[in-house]
Amino acid sequence: MAMTEQRVSYTLDSSLETIDNAEEKATRIATELGFGDDEVMQISMAVREGAVNAVLHGNAYAPDKKVTLAFERTGSELVITIRDQGKGMDLSKIPNPLAPENLLKTSGRGIFLMRSFMDVVEIRPSSTGTELKLIKHVHGPTAGGKEASQ
Amino acid sequence: MTMKVGSRQVDGVTIVDCSGRITLGEGSVILRDTVRDLLSKGNKKIVLNLADVNYIDSSGIGELVSAFTTTKNQGGELKLLNLTKKVNDLLQITKLYTVFDVKDDEASAVKSFK
Repeated sequence: MAMTEQRVSYTLDSSLETIDNAEEKATRIATELGFGDDEVMQISMAVREGAVNAVLHGNAYAPDKKVTLAFERTGSELVITIRDQGKGMDLSKIPNPLAPENLLKTSGRGIFLMRSFMDVVEIRPSSTGTELKLIKHVHGPTAGGKEASQ
Repeated sequence: MTMKVGSRQVDGVTIVDCSGRITLGEGSVILRDTVRDLLSKGNKKIVLNLADVNYIDSSGIGELVSAFTTTKNQGGELKLLNLTKKVNDLLQITKLYTVFDVKDDEASAVKSFK
């Protein structure tokens, strides 16, 4: 993706490779946008967790179902959208992983990590799939400079 | 980088040196198989040396929890050693730092077993 483009989207298979692929794309794009190392890690991990949800819980590895991943740079935000074609599971109803009774559970931390790392996390389930929107505000002189030069 | 593990014995304690990524898929499976194999052979004092683990996702965190509870349920103990900043931060925000016994040097980790 060239940095002059405002939006790019990918249609990906429901596979483990898609999860690594989504993470790699997020890392590259966040780096190109001038985010710092810690923020790049946060964005890439949030995207990875979103992709895990889409591939595993949404599409359940179904070969005929796709994951759509989109990155959009608005004036002051990086907006990432991940859509699956599953049954529209309401991921927001996952129990609080920080509650004492849930600390030793082996799953259920993905949404929590996304919310920890991103400024905005929106989850919209529907009968045709779940849409996850992840937003990170652009901070810092590097990112601001790129915005100003466009 | 995929995950690699190697284990060694120090004064009756098994040190598992891990490197790479503990993520959904191969990394998590390798960790799970390693711990189960150790337990099946009677090695119930386990230290996971995570000095060279540079990335863990939620599945990897779940696998660490699973390794911890599986070992405990079999009468053993599993401790963590040499966390990188990223892994340390993840365990802090997920409150798992309060669950695991985390050590920062091998000698004290080995001595800490009963």
